[in-house]
Amino acid sequence: MDSESKIQGEFVCPVPIERYATVLLAHGGGGKLTHQLIEQLFLPAFGNSLLEERHDGAILNVDSGRIAFTTDSYIIHPLFFPGGDIGSLSINGTVNDLAMCGARPLYLSAGFILEEGLPMDTLRRVVQSMKLAAENAGVRLVTGDTKVVDRGKGDGIFINTAGIGLIESGCHISPANVRPGDRILLSGDIGRHGIAIMAVREGLEFESTIMSDCAALSDIVLSLLATGVEVHCLRDLTRGGLASALIEIAETSSLHFEIHEAEIPVQEDVKGACEILGFDPLYVANEGRFVSFVPANDAERALQRMRAHPLGNQARIIGTVKSDNPGLVTMQSRIGGTRVVDMLSGEQLPRIC
Amino acid sequence: MRFVDEYRDPDAARLYAQALERITTKNWTIMEVCGGQTHSIVKFGIDELLPPAVTLVHGPGCPVCVTPLELIEKAIEIASIPEVIFCSFGDMLRVPGSSKDLLTVKASGGNIRIVYSPLDAVKIAIENPDRQVVFFAVGFETTAPANAMAVFQAHQKNVQNFSMLVSHVLVPPAIEAILSSRDNRVQGFLAAGHVCAVMGWLEYEPIALEYKVPIVVTGFEPVDILQGVYMCVRQLEEGRAEVENQYSRTVRKEGNIAAQKLIREIFHVVPRKWRGIGEIPRSGLGLQEKYKSYDAEVRFGIAGHSAEEPPECISGLILQGIKKPGECPAFGTVCTPEHPLGATMVSSEGACAAYYHYRRTKH
Repeated sequence: MDSESKIQGEFVCPVPIERYATVLLAHGGGGKLTHQLIEQLFLPAFGNSLLEERHDGAILNVDSGRIAFTTDSYIIHPLFFPGGDIGSLSINGTVNDLAMCGARPLYLSAGFILEEGLPMDTLRRVVQSMKLAAENAGVRLVTGDTKVVDRGKGDGIFINTAGIGLIESGCHISPANVRPGDRILLSGDIGRHGIAIMAVREGLEFESTIMSDCAALSDIVLSLLATGVEVHCLRDLTRGGLASALIEIAETSSLHFEIHEAEIPVQEDVKGACEILGFDPLYVANEGRFVSFVPANDAERALQRMRAHPLGNQARIIGTVKSDNPGLVTMQSRIGGTRVVDMLSGEQLPRIC
Repeated sequence: MRFVDEYRDPDAARLYAQALERITTKNWTIMEVCGGQTHSIVKFGIDELLPPAVTLVHGPGCPVCVTPLELIEKAIEIASIPEVIFCSFGDMLRVPGSSKDLLTVKASGGNIRIVYSPLDAVKIAIENPDRQVVFFAVGFETTAPANAMAVFQAHQKNVQNFSMLVSHVLVPPAIEAILSSRDNRVQGFLAAGHVCAVMGWLEYEPIALEYKVPIVVTGFEPVDILQGVYMCVRQLEEGRAEVENQYSRTVRKEGNIAAQKLIREIFHVVPRKWRGIGEIPRSGLGLQEKYKSYDAEVRFGIAGHSAEEPPECISGLILQGIKKPGECPAFGTVCTPEHPLGATMVSSEGACAAYYHYRRTKH
């Protein structure tokens, strides 16, 4: 079998992909080089029976029930950062969106937009990272596409992934299901992804390397759902941080969320970086954290289950849902004052002093 | 986190709030000068812990807010020149000029970079000898030493493609301008801790004496501010008007002598226009004659911009402590951080922006 595939490989690919140190326009042209890329890079990494059919699309068998479907595009500079890279991010991000629907992630598609001149080694590292992230999250990459744009018209690699997941439990997770009295649970410390990226991008040096929290949340969410806790809403914290996630849900549900600053964990080095830069950790990006809304009488049980998972060992109950002041998020500060948590007008920018 | 958590301690905050309650017998109006203090007060809800008789009003100490509109226009014009790399602290980029801001210039192809230190701009100039690198030097006395150091280093290393667009402002003349106003209602000041870390507090003593106001050099954390207010109210209640130092972990009476020497080497005192207030004599810093060749306004021949503020904006009154943001009819309606009408809504440290972000309740 090994020798067969080797022979077949040699037949299909007289010029091995290793000969190309960089991505050429022809790698996206649909001809020989595209085929080599598929045969020698993507198939070995993601190989599964569905992908190997090499059909125009994947034909999937799914159990009857409700299906969750999502898509997201990933552009990030730098491509590699402490704790992750664009590859793991593109898998985990879409897996997390499915998990937030209460779904078990099953299948992903991947669309690559590569910039001419991208080192082939960089692409190989990214693909390898996607493979590991997909294995870790238990999803299969079943269809894909590659395009190459002229040099200077991309930023190395852009990746789009779409995903399908199966909702196995009878849960109804939606902002519309949040109820007054619900408790708000946060799965762990916030702000690490944003600061990790910022540190690399801006060449900021701290005593310790701040690692992104980039992770697949499907396992912890499914284990939470398996307890039978009535989960009303889930939301992963991404670009706009904890603040934006809560404000979005408060506005959609027309309810008031009251949170407590003292209950929100922030790692010491992230706190320090935020103090130096004048950032508020509430608005700093995350890639492996989520909030859940559960009825008060289920909150303790949900908290214990989240804490039993490695990705939730710092989970906390950070607040309560109220019916006064619809659409508002307020925070009780450490010293006992109250303030509104407002949506940012743009990106957080470092302050003068 | 050490040196932060102890100054955000709820028990210490409560003790100061209780002590204030005990000593306050009359109504007092106190101004915190610095935007960083305003931000802390509103963010942590410090004013909610004060006795109702003590009112905090917010001062002109937000460098982003008080940078005059015509200087923003000049920055935009310089940043739009193709061979220029324009370097700035991050929060200046969103400040609107009369038609656009620096972020818009960046989006249309301007080479604009956020730097964390003016020395980074000098480094960029060394790395890009064929480009003109301009640093937007704004701020109070706090940022003046580092900005002075950038010019000093550029001069020493003969970096000829580096220049600065200077809009430095000084705190004591602004305090005097407020105290001289007929409408003044401020009875005591919390001076800006970091400004005093550089300059010390000797220059505040004649002001306290002449205008009979207590001035307390104060830090930025909640417990600092509560202690500063306590010290100020205690002076008012006892009929004293002195300069006291709450921020003793950072500030010495004489300040940072080496930093002051460097500031005097590079800059000299000039009249400066303040956005929302107008021109205050001897209230800013400009480059000394010896370093005039590093002045971006001279280098690019940019002068004579004039720009009008919208008439409905009352930011001048807010910066002088005469009104509070909620008293403005435009606040939160036609004037928002996305579409600011004036100075105090443009920066996150401006009083109106702080109230908008942290205090706005939905109707």
